[in-house]
Amino acid sequence: MPSLNTPPVITTDKLTKRFGHFVAASELTFQVAKGEIFGFLGANGAGKTTAMRMLCGLLKPSSGKATIAGFDVYTQTEKIKRRIGYMSQKFSLYDNLTVSENIRFYGGIYGMSTAEIRAKTAELLQELQLEKEAKTLVSDLPLGWKQKLSFSVSIVHNPDIVFLDEPTGGVDPVTRRQFWDLIYHAADRGVTIFVTTHYMDEAEYCNRVSIMVDGVIAALDSPSRLKQQFGHDNMEDVFYELARNAKRKAD
Amino acid sequence: MRQLITFIRKEFLHVFRDRKTLLMLFGLPIAQIVLFGFALSNEIKNSRIAITDYSKDAVTEQLISKIASSNYFDIQRTVQSATQLEAAFKKGDIRMAVIFPANFGNDLVHTGKATIQVIADASDPNLATTITNYITRLVNDFNTQTALAAGKPLQILPEMQFLYNPELRGAPNFVPGVMALVLMLVCTMMTSVAIVKEKELGTMEILLVSPFKPIYIIISKLTPNLLISVVNLFIILILSSVFLDLHVKGSILLLTFDSILFILTSLSIGLLLSINAKTQQAAMMGSMMGMMLPTMLLTGFLFPIENMPLALQVLSNLVPSRWYFIIVKKVMLKGLGITAVWKETLILTGMCLFLFAISLRRFKIRL
Repeated sequence: MPSLNTPPVITTDKLTKRFGHFVAASELTFQVAKGEIFGFLGANGAGKTTAMRMLCGLLKPSSGKATIAGFDVYTQTEKIKRRIGYMSQKFSLYDNLTVSENIRFYGGIYGMSTAEIRAKTAELLQELQLEKEAKTLVSDLPLGWKQKLSFSVSIVHNPDIVFLDEPTGGVDPVTRRQFWDLIYHAADRGVTIFVTTHYMDEAEYCNRVSIMVDGVIAALDSPSRLKQQFGHDNMEDVFYELARNAKRKAD
Repeated sequence: MRQLITFIRKEFLHVFRDRKTLLMLFGLPIAQIVLFGFALSNEIKNSRIAITDYSKDAVTEQLISKIASSNYFDIQRTVQSATQLEAAFKKGDIRMAVIFPANFGNDLVHTGKATIQVIADASDPNLATTITNYITRLVNDFNTQTALAAGKPLQILPEMQFLYNPELRGAPNFVPGVMALVLMLVCTMMTSVAIVKEKELGTMEILLVSPFKPIYIIISKLTPNLLISVVNLFIILILSSVFLDLHVKGSILLLTFDSILFILTSLSIGLLLSINAKTQQAAMMGSMMGMMLPTMLLTGFLFPIENMPLALQVLSNLVPSRWYFIIVKKVMLKGLGITAVWKETLILTGMCLFLFAISLRRFKIRL
């Protein structure tokens, strides 16, 4: 469960990004606690990616404040990068490298020592039950395994926060469920999960959910309270009620 | 530093796992050189030539029948006058003309020396060189035979004249041309594809979110390609030495240095291409169309730059391979040192630094 006694790992205060006259993300204000699973929902073009890129230190905000793991997004991006992990919907593994070579590579670019990487590789392979596949090329793995490996690789360097950008695209419900077990496991160890998704059943798995519409946060609360607040019995309807009023076209 | 080594090792793994690409990388220069070597050393038989005999004596009769009996030539008897010769050359009916001057027999009897005129169409320099060599050999043979028979030295000297392309540009030009083309193509294509691949895979995003520095990404991508290209360079040099009998006359060190400079320039171009390309296909097409055509056309190894319209001549100055080609010709073929190529080396250095600087800048901006 998210810890309420420690300071929040993500805080934003009126965080805004403009591209010319277009306001991609407007005055985002929220906090995410350590070990929380924070769902970041929104239709295509609602500004999710822009917001996430600002939090990762890839995009400079136009105005507002934000700190990630205690570091400022304007001035301390290099420090932020050491404390976060990232997994995209493309899974981001090298097809013509083996499972253990992928782990070694990602550990390596975070500056982990050979001994650390070796220990971590053994640990990950065991956790994923992939010991037998250590020398298998990633291209030969089934999609579900790639996805789990991709997630494990994104937290190989023990980050405070991991950003998951639509991590479950294209996999079946069973695999998705297993994937969420991994996420819970990581959150239990204190890793904060910041996840975007289009699947509303996944939104139910989150501790709290924010729904972006046209660049602003239209709703932010736990799934149960959101359902109560909007008078629906599932997140799908909550999301639809908010998102159908969107004026922006998806990009 | 450890991060960088991790990355470079990964790049080498990519290269060695991709057998098809690897085969293409090393197969390309080998195929080019071997094909060309084969074409060069291939005998040319039955070349159509004209023989004009103004002397009409016993010796010319003998020599002509010797030429006719070799299967290298096919003598076109109808072409006789100077105007006919010219027309036949222009039409491509004949490749070479052998002319015995009116005083040929006289000279040979009285002075023991006489000249024949050999005119070759050098628009195909390989062919011209080969067939004039044949005729020289035949005439020399004839000299020895008749000298033995007569018991006194006789000398018939063929006087060569090359039409249309008096410098015989071509044969030795090809190897420097292949070097420029192969290095340019392999470097730009490999680099741009390698970077665009990361974008397609989505791994570039991860790298950008990681503390790994962009300059490290670039260095890691360039290192294997640089090494492969240097290996390629030596493959070409060895092959051309073994198959084409074309050795490096000048300093190998200087040639290697300038080649690395050219390789780095090409790598920077590949980097620049990768920034704008979204897919591997686009990167590949960009390198092929964008680099191959200018390299082939404006380098000067297929078409002499001096004969081009002024606009193209000016444009050719911007093509790095043009300068590299000049350097290779001077160092490899003529054996000249740095004093002869410092200007070209300087231009290449400038281009390399400029291209690397802007690609680095653009690469950072995109992140």
